Amino acid sequence: MSERDWPLWEVFIRAKAGLAHKHAGSLHAADAQMALENARDVYTRRGEGVSLWVVPSTAITASDPEDKEAFFEPTGDKIYRHPTFYEIPEDVKNI
Amino acid sequence: MYTQGLDVQKGDVSIPLEQGDSELERRFQAKIDADEKIEPKDWMPEGYRKTLVRQISQHAHSEVVGMLPEGNWITRAPSLRRKAALLAKIQDEAGHGLYLYSACETLNVSRQELVDQLLEGKAKYSSIFNYPSTTWADIGAIGWLVDGAAIMNQVPLQRCSYGPYSRAMIRICKEESFHQRQGYEIMLTLARGTAAQKRMAQDALNRWWWPSLMMFGPNDKDSPHSAQSMRWKIKRVSNDELRQKFVDVTVPQADFLGLTMPDPALRWNAGSGHYDFGEIDWEEFKQVLQGNGPCNRERMRDRNRAHERGRWVREAALAHAEKRRARAAAQTTAVAAE
Ligand SMILES: [Fe+2]
Ligand SMILES: [Fe+2]
Repeated sequence: MSERDWPLWEVFIRAKAGLAHKHAGSLHAADAQMALENARDVYTRRGEGVSLWVVPSTAITASDPEDKEAFFEPTGDKIYRHPTFYEIPEDVKNI
Repeated sequence: MYTQGLDVQKGDVSIPLEQGDSELERRFQAKIDADEKIEPKDWMPEGYRKTLVRQISQHAHSEVVGMLPEGNWITRAPSLRRKAALLAKIQDEAGHGLYLYSACETLNVSRQELVDQLLEGKAKYSSIFNYPSTTWADIGAIGWLVDGAAIMNQVPLQRCSYGPYSRAMIRICKEESFHQRQGYEIMLTLARGTAAQKRMAQDALNRWWWPSLMMFGPNDKDSPHSAQSMRWKIKRVSNDELRQKFVDVTVPQADFLGLTMPDPALRWNAGSGHYDFGEIDWEEFKQVLQGNGPCNRERMRDRNRAHERGRWVREAALAHAEKRRARAAAQTTAVAAE
């Protein structure tokens, strides 16, 4: 019964020019060309996009949710990265 | 619903449902209570993972097997317009199967395992797809009632706690509404047609109404897994509540068609603000789920046959990809050597 699965691909769609590609889902395909064509057939049946990327799922390196706190923590106390940190008198305009 | 098989497996101990109270489990439940989503790599209780795998895969299998009763009519659709619409709808259902299998695969099961479970008859799919589509009016009734019931169930699932499932449901719900409308349009055309066409529409309604109500699964009191699924926000609204909502919106639609629901007990209850309806034949429901419905064997035979016939394509595609990879690699080596 068992046979080998086609590799898994992640699909990214640019909805229209000017927007970034956004993750839409995934699919199995034997190669990149087939992944592109299948992505077109399943993920853009109603004009959802003008450009497609397919990326082998194994090529993606993800951050570990277990380390979420430690990994993203360094930004937590750096409030001076935000404009509201700086005190400017009301009278100063356009800043 | 599409996952009604979950509810009837009483005494199934393969899914651990007791809530422990380890720190991890407490934090997990707190996240869910706060309406945060769970993503694939987050820690989750084994019971949560297993329940999801079963629920999502049953849902995926239903989308796939659901193409069979409708596929039966593609070549015999009465006009090009109807044929194009039916083809597009069935193509959507294949897409729904794909979205759901993909969501399921994020829970550490392979596509292969899931497909094997279906083909070997180990997995359940919705009871509704084991009924035959004998006339063109059945295509109308399926779109109107079966997709209608599916929408009723899938809308709240967009708020499911598991991120990939919730996102798949959002995509699916966007596509579903055309399915129901094309079905209702078929019914409307027949209901306004000749006496014979109207009889055909009424006959389809007679055969599909009760099985559609069964899609929502057993009564809440007979649905042992519901409480935990609700707590985990894998299920958001109870079977009986969804069924009642479906009856309430569908009866006026049948009235508009000038058709009669095949239920003498059906009547408006001004006190409750809902329609009362008759008892479902739970014995029939049980039989169909156990594999003894009118088309269970035929569906499994057709799925297995299609899978077998597609085998050479799957193997050839892999071999072709392999050959191209090897050729590209050889070229790179040759260039490097120059
Ligand atoms: Fe669907
Ligand atoms: Fe549908």
